[in-house]
Amino acid sequence: MLAVDSISKSFRGLRAVREASFEIPEGRINALIGPNGAGKTTIFNMIAGVYAPDSGEISFLGRKIGGLRPDQICAAGIGRTFQIVKPFAGLSVLDNVMVGGFLRERSTAGAKRISLEILERLGLGAKRDLPASSLTLPDRKRLEVARALATRPKLLLLDEVMAGLRPTECDQIVAVFRELNRAEGLTILLIEHVMRAVMALAEHIGVLHHGEVISRGTPAEIVRDKAVLECYLGEETEV
Amino acid sequence: MRLLEGVPRRGLVLLAALLVVLAVFPVFASGYLLAVGFLILYFAYVGQAWNIMMGFAGQLSLGHSLYVGVGAYAAAALYVHFGLSPWIGLGASIAFCALAGAVIGFLAFRFGVSGVYFAILTIAFAEFARIGFDHFTWVRGSSGLFLPVANYAENDLWNLRGSPRMFYYLMLGLTVAAFVLSHALLRSRMGYYWLAIRESPEAAQALGVNLFRYKMIAVVLSAAMTSLAGVVYAFYYNNLFPEQIFHISRSIELILGPIIGGIGTLAGPIIGAFLLTGLAEGLRELMLQLGVEVPGVKQVFYGLCLLLVVIFLPDGVWPPLAKKLRLDR
Repeated sequence: MLAVDSISKSFRGLRAVREASFEIPEGRINALIGPNGAGKTTIFNMIAGVYAPDSGEISFLGRKIGGLRPDQICAAGIGRTFQIVKPFAGLSVLDNVMVGGFLRERSTAGAKRISLEILERLGLGAKRDLPASSLTLPDRKRLEVARALATRPKLLLLDEVMAGLRPTECDQIVAVFRELNRAEGLTILLIEHVMRAVMALAEHIGVLHHGEVISRGTPAEIVRDKAVLECYLGEETEV
Repeated sequence: MRLLEGVPRRGLVLLAALLVVLAVFPVFASGYLLAVGFLILYFAYVGQAWNIMMGFAGQLSLGHSLYVGVGAYAAAALYVHFGLSPWIGLGASIAFCALAGAVIGFLAFRFGVSGVYFAILTIAFAEFARIGFDHFTWVRGSSGLFLPVANYAENDLWNLRGSPRMFYYLMLGLTVAAFVLSHALLRSRMGYYWLAIRESPEAAQALGVNLFRYKMIAVVLSAAMTSLAGVVYAFYYNNLFPEQIFHISRSIELILGPIIGGIGTLAGPIIGAFLLTGLAEGLRELMLQLGVEVPGVKQVFYGLCLLLVVIFLPDGVWPPLAKKLRLDR
């Protein structure tokens, strides 16, 4: 579904990502992990259209998308959340989600209908009329997800949505993603530091280090990989 | 009533009452009061036009006098030189202003000029126009363009020659139309996209909003709407001077209403126009009655109003008032 083919990106001479390649088949939940500064967010931003890759190609559903604008990427069927949440603070929770809903539904009534459904699903239904600025951090993270889902993505990119959540909140949102994946075949790529969530969700994990993909495999394979243990998880990791 | 769908019942009643008062006002008003009424409606209208760009889409223009001026000059020049009706001339006004807005928007949004720098760009273009028109001899340059004036026994709506009452009703019509349009836009996909851009362009873009397109539409629409006010202005005052109409103080004057009333709200620009123009003229009248003559009293008053609003009502007068009247949904 998504094919990342040896993409590289440098910032002022610093090679943030070097010739990273991976593929994501439809319907799978994937995680990209790695230490801080490994280039996870840069890869993410190249897929989402924030940066164009210096070299290499990204294709989605057989179409080359490297270098398109974020709105074009979104229209192509890739939704994203922001690590540092960016709610439309002055708008209500419902209106926030409706902005996403308008991508596939021209009418206000239609956008509202999809948005209410999604808010219910994420447990934000009761808060729909509150201004987004009044939400707590966990709710803001949920709002990020709700907005992205309202654009009806085929692939959902999640940038550290679990960070800062309590374990129970984390488990709740993991359940939502599992359900979306199971019921609607939503493909997910998450960048995450919270290993509890990664292990619970991901069927396939890629590990980045210094801008390169150093390992890939199922969670069980990853936790046994020597290279991964050295650079990221540490020797003592038990999952 | 589809156009006003979503306005609470109390709001509709209040709106209807206000409209009735405004409609019968000229029957009882003196010439002076009628002139004040016209000014209020004029500022209510341009305030709404500006509000679409700044209040909805979050793009600060400090150069809206450009569109008032170009709109006024285009229609007036066509009338003076070719005897063309302003209703035909306004086509040219809208076209020129939409083009000017598109040029400014393109330069800014294509090259990533935003925030205060965008505001400075809008000032720059208004200043270009002010200086350019000073030397534009076809419209008499700095000596001013005058429209032929006579005592009109009858209102000639086609040529916009007639009594202040006619202009008052014209401006009232424009104000109501702008309100209905703003309301409809705000509930549409475009309105949601504008608000999203205002709140967070990055997040809006990630949700599929084409930033360039929707910002351009906001600027061009606001410019085109403002040009209509320019046309009415030209035929109401019958004289145009680049030094006056393009002056930056005019741009500032027209944004005070929406700021005081409440940026981004539907009623804000209208309430603001009533408060500012109504009170400023009232104050002037009071000073006149008391025999006190202080030049610049209006400016001091504007400054004071702005200060008070900024300190006590940072969102403008309307949001807290709407809460009191339970008109906030």
